[in-house]
Amino acid sequence: MTRQPDQLLQVRNLSKSFVGVKALDQVQLDLKKGEVHAVMGENGAGKSTFMKILMGLLSPDSGEIWLEGDVLKNADVNETLKRGISMIHQEMLVVPELTVAQNIFLGREKTNWLPFWLDDAHTNAQAEAILQQMGVDIAPTTLLKHLSVAEMQMVEIAKAISNNAKVIIMDEPTSAISDKEVATLFKIIKDLKQQGVGILYISHKMDEIFQISDTITVLRDGQYIGTKPASELDQPTLISMMVGREITNLFPEIVPSKGEVVLSVKRLTRQGVFSDITFEVRKGEVLGLAGLMGAGRTEVARAIFGLDRYDNGEIQLNGQTIRIHSPAEAIALGIGYVSEDRKGLGFIPAMTIQDNITLSSLSQHAKAGWVMTDREASVATHMMQNLRIKATGAAQKVSHLSGGNQQKVVIAKVLQAAPDVVILDEPTRGIDIGAKFEIYKLINDLTAQGIAVVMISSELPEILGLSHRILVLSKGKQTALLVREEATQDVIMKYAMQ
Amino acid sequence: MNTLLTRSKNLGQYGIFGAFVVICLGLAVINPQFMTVSNWTIIITQVSINALLAFGVTFVIITGGIDLSLGSMVAVTGVVAASLAHPDTYPVIVPIGVGVLSGVAMGALNGLVITKSKVPPFIVTLGMMTIGRGLALILSKGRPISNLSDSFNFIGGGSVLGIPFPILILVVFFILCTLLLKKTVLGRYIYAVGGNEQAATASGIRVNKVKMAVYTLCGGLAGLAGILLTARITTGQPNAGAGFELDAIAAAIIGGTSTSGGTGTMTGTLIGALLIGVISNGLDLLNVTSYYQQVVMGAIIIGAVVLDSWNQKK
Repeated sequence: MTRQPDQLLQVRNLSKSFVGVKALDQVQLDLKKGEVHAVMGENGAGKSTFMKILMGLLSPDSGEIWLEGDVLKNADVNETLKRGISMIHQEMLVVPELTVAQNIFLGREKTNWLPFWLDDAHTNAQAEAILQQMGVDIAPTTLLKHLSVAEMQMVEIAKAISNNAKVIIMDEPTSAISDKEVATLFKIIKDLKQQGVGILYISHKMDEIFQISDTITVLRDGQYIGTKPASELDQPTLISMMVGREITNLFPEIVPSKGEVVLSVKRLTRQGVFSDITFEVRKGEVLGLAGLMGAGRTEVARAIFGLDRYDNGEIQLNGQTIRIHSPAEAIALGIGYVSEDRKGLGFIPAMTIQDNITLSSLSQHAKAGWVMTDREASVATHMMQNLRIKATGAAQKVSHLSGGNQQKVVIAKVLQAAPDVVILDEPTRGIDIGAKFEIYKLINDLTAQGIAVVMISSELPEILGLSHRILVLSKGKQTALLVREEATQDVIMKYAMQ
Repeated sequence: MNTLLTRSKNLGQYGIFGAFVVICLGLAVINPQFMTVSNWTIIITQVSINALLAFGVTFVIITGGIDLSLGSMVAVTGVVAASLAHPDTYPVIVPIGVGVLSGVAMGALNGLVITKSKVPPFIVTLGMMTIGRGLALILSKGRPISNLSDSFNFIGGGSVLGIPFPILILVVFFILCTLLLKKTVLGRYIYAVGGNEQAATASGIRVNKVKMAVYTLCGGLAGLAGILLTARITTGQPNAGAGFELDAIAAAIIGGTSTSGGTGTMTGTLIGALLIGVISNGLDLLNVTSYYQQVVMGAIIIGAVVLDSWNQKK
């Protein structure tokens, strides 16, 4: 291979197998200085394996990685970091009890003339300089645990910069931050580009990819599919490259609903979080809940479901006023909630698919406290077929499933408790296009069965494509209740920013 | 690949069982006395008290908790039962019933404080450990309580059809605890709470009730163990049971119960308890002093957990 000075990172024929399964097969990549290069692919396409190899966390079976014309061989994490490859992890690898400056220089602590004596003043000053250069307003002495996710991300980027990173890998950096924070992030990315840093960018969000990236490389099932300039691609082409087939109609047809009111919320208020939230959902209707991150959508859902308390207001279910103190009560009354926090609130990783699916309805499959295993098994198998959960069987542990299938298990659990109304909170977050499509169809099936659906989503196409009516929240207040015909992305955004 | 994962996970459980078998065979070769019925009767009888405590603490550890007050509960229940078990006073059911109930009460108190105050179980049960020891000394005025009825002492020393009574109790409670964990709604909830407490709450499980149940259950089993011990040594000793909690926790951990919660089985715990018993018995037969026995036991606890974490990674 010849030395190409403007080529920052070159990857040739990289392959990696796990126990006979090819996770990566002959993958190629060229990253130039000052380029934002998106790596796209469905979950399981091999993106994270690829990034782990680049970071030196895994060693490849074959293939070569060149950094600025020098081959990287058997490099471990310390080596790759030293050579200038940094990664911003999706699940922030920060130490919550240390300060911003201490986190930035973690592992490379500044000392004074005694090589073991920490020099806090110097550390803080250097951290401050980097943060200022980034245009970020965070005090270097703040403890990490007091920062928002977006701010933690900035600290991680500052850490990469302090490390003189030439290549920065960003793994779904926008999955948990607000639109405003995304704008800040993109500005920083543009600055980094100017300084000649190459960025490998992983994300599931299509519009964002086209907004920020110069080049797009697509992987599918560990295979290298191709690399193209972003300007030569459009969304349908990119999707078909990722999925390997064309998805023409992402959203199913919406059938009008004219059932009676199932859930009615009146002037629901939780002091300092949200106030005067009023809406109704009818049988077979999807009410979209739109708004920016932090608008209070999840908090409203949590209050209705009994996870948090509320101070004022009234909730009616099927015409009856109810007061819910716990999720157990909410489920018993017929309210289901699929959380945005799949790992935290959704499933029990160490338990099997079957045990997870029946968890909310276990007493229905039990007699005098004894679980009737046969009945439980048939119920779980039936749900797995209905929701097309891909697994080796009902006895497989949920921790071994893909994100999309884990989400389906959580939805199955909620549905198994026979709810009248289901609140879906970011139901397609972090799952790939194929599984998204299936969840959209599933939502349609639910409404066909007469279930009322409240869907919280930050993806406006999803809100517009599935909802009968759309409630927009901003800073804890409702700013609009739109019917489907009058809603567009612009209108929703206008109310969401109000 | 996933079946492979499940298989290697199962191997982890067989791993401890395999180690148990290998150690038994080794001891049998070195000392022919080891593999005799009379020696095994001694081993299992000795193990029975630790096993009962270990069953109780297994429930607790699976929920992600811990109980350090087991040893003190053994002392309290022993003293309570002994004071009611003098000859020609109450029928034998009274010391047994009141003894077990005192364990249940202390366990319930543990559970109540843990669920209401949100103070970590480690601290609450550490406090209960000291409180219990104090209570045992107060109730007995610091002196051992002897002169117990024959029918009470039968629990620890008698046999039915040639099988020592403690072994029968062990078998019965092993079966009951296994069924509770594997076949009942409560058992499923115990795994769920330890596997992911927040998700369990969001799934409609009343987590506090489950925690109350496991600490109460653990207290009840400790009460039973206390009665067994008192009947065996025919004395209610306020200083009895010191350090028992650590042996019980060790048995559960050797048997594959994860201290971070969510996994564990009664079979594993039983094997863990038997392994501890077999090793101390085997080392006795080999004339190894008890000082060395402690070193060996500690190494085995760490080894078992290392083995388990390797299995997890695979």
